[in-house]
Amino acid sequence: MTHCSNHGAPVLALVAGLTLATPALADPGSRLWATGGVTTIEGSAGGGLVPWALLAGYASDQEWGGTVTLSRAEVDDFTLNVTGAALNWHNRVEVSIARQTLDLDTLGATLGEDELSQDIFGIKARLFGDVLYSDYGQWSLGLQHKRQRDFDIPEAIGADDDQGTDVYLSGSKLFFAAVADRNLLVNATVRGTRANQGGLLGFGGDRNDSYKAMLETSVGLFLNRSWIAGAEYRHKPDNLGFATEDDWWDAFVAWVPDRRVSVTAAWTDLGDIAGLEDQRGLYLSLQGSF
Amino acid sequence: MTTLLRVSVLISVMALVAGCATPGPSEDSLYQDLGKRAGIAEMVEDLMYRIVEDDRIAFQFKDIDVVQFHTNLTDQLCELSGGPCTYTGRPMTDVHDGMNVTETQFNALAEQLVLAMEDNGISTSAQNRLLERLVELHPQITHR
Ligand code: HEM
Repeated sequence: MTHCSNHGAPVLALVAGLTLATPALADPGSRLWATGGVTTIEGSAGGGLVPWALLAGYASDQEWGGTVTLSRAEVDDFTLNVTGAALNWHNRVEVSIARQTLDLDTLGATLGEDELSQDIFGIKARLFGDVLYSDYGQWSLGLQHKRQRDFDIPEAIGADDDQGTDVYLSGSKLFFAAVADRNLLVNATVRGTRANQGGLLGFGGDRNDSYKAMLETSVGLFLNRSWIAGAEYRHKPDNLGFATEDDWWDAFVAWVPDRRVSVTAAWTDLGDIAGLEDQRGLYLSLQGSF
Repeated sequence: MTTLLRVSVLISVMALVAGCATPGPSEDSLYQDLGKRAGIAEMVEDLMYRIVEDDRIAFQFKDIDVVQFHTNLTDQLCELSGGPCTYTGRPMTDVHDGMNVTETQFNALAEQLVLAMEDNGISTSAQNRLLERLVELHPQITHR
């Protein structure tokens, strides 16, 4: 499986199946529309780049559920494809899996390698609180264990390890009727990480090899219950001497016509990656819930 | 000046008639946006039909006094939205005591309420403002 299109096809079929599903299929769960967020590029529930304290899908305290997601970001010199799936048990624990494939559109020929790839195994537990109903919001603790599938390039540019584990604490709260009587979702995440470019360029490096605490924030405004517009900012470490690493940000619009499906589009700025400057472009994500 | 005076007198009189302390024009705008007591009563009726159809929560409401529930919930939402009503039902904690209302059930009811508001043409803005006040009651209703 070298390209997303290969392993993406069954996921796409599944998403389409869920979208067209008849009432025969159980409802995705009882939490209110869009309160499962969407799926990040690392497979955890959140925005596009930043994990939130919300757990995937719509399972409430007596239910289980999950999501499948297909995402793609096309920036100037790279294309990132992500396929992911997550399960949610009783709105208490989320487990997720994601495969990221970064096509080296420009660098490929020079490096003699046309992609970088990693798998991400995630777990997130809701510690306490509810995003809608608690004054102090909802708080969750998560882990993302990342494993490189081909370490040659990251190793060549100075990365230390081919696997790493991020740990993060997230808080999310919805403020009802906060802006022009619209509901505002606010998220803050602190992540401990050694990952270079999220792990696609390995873990640790010649410039820094230890865990760094990074702040990641996002806000989303519910225009109504099916349209959310917002922005995210993700601080990143800078571990490799070979090329500087920039913070990431995006501005997104998500459409959640129904609990079964969501579509997210974003303008994303990934900064400099592997010496190629100003990597910007469009991000698109399709999620199905069950 | 005279207009202002007239308006303020009118408001005071209305407040007196309504038997409320001081619901200024902005404090009862939610009440207006919900269609006053008649609009709220209609929405609550729709909500009740929806509850009966919803397997997640219908069983909880099996043996209730339908008329009393309708009157009390309508008065409660009317008062909560700044309208000239007085809730005469029992305290929220007492009413829901022993029901062990779960998060799933609370969410289900919130969903049906939103859909009932939508069906009654209540604006997103008014929906959000009512929900803002209702979520305050969550700890008095769930897990009792
Ligand atoms: C924001 C959410 C809720 C509000 C504002 C609310 C409000 C009320 C009100 C005003 C009454 C009438 C009290 C009286 O007649 O003295 C009532 C009764 C009742 N509520 Fe709730 N409630 C909520 C959520 C729920 C939920 C989630 C359930 C269960 C699924 C539930 C089950 C009941 C039942 C069964 C009664 C009838 C009790 C009786 O007459 O003995 N309520 N509620």
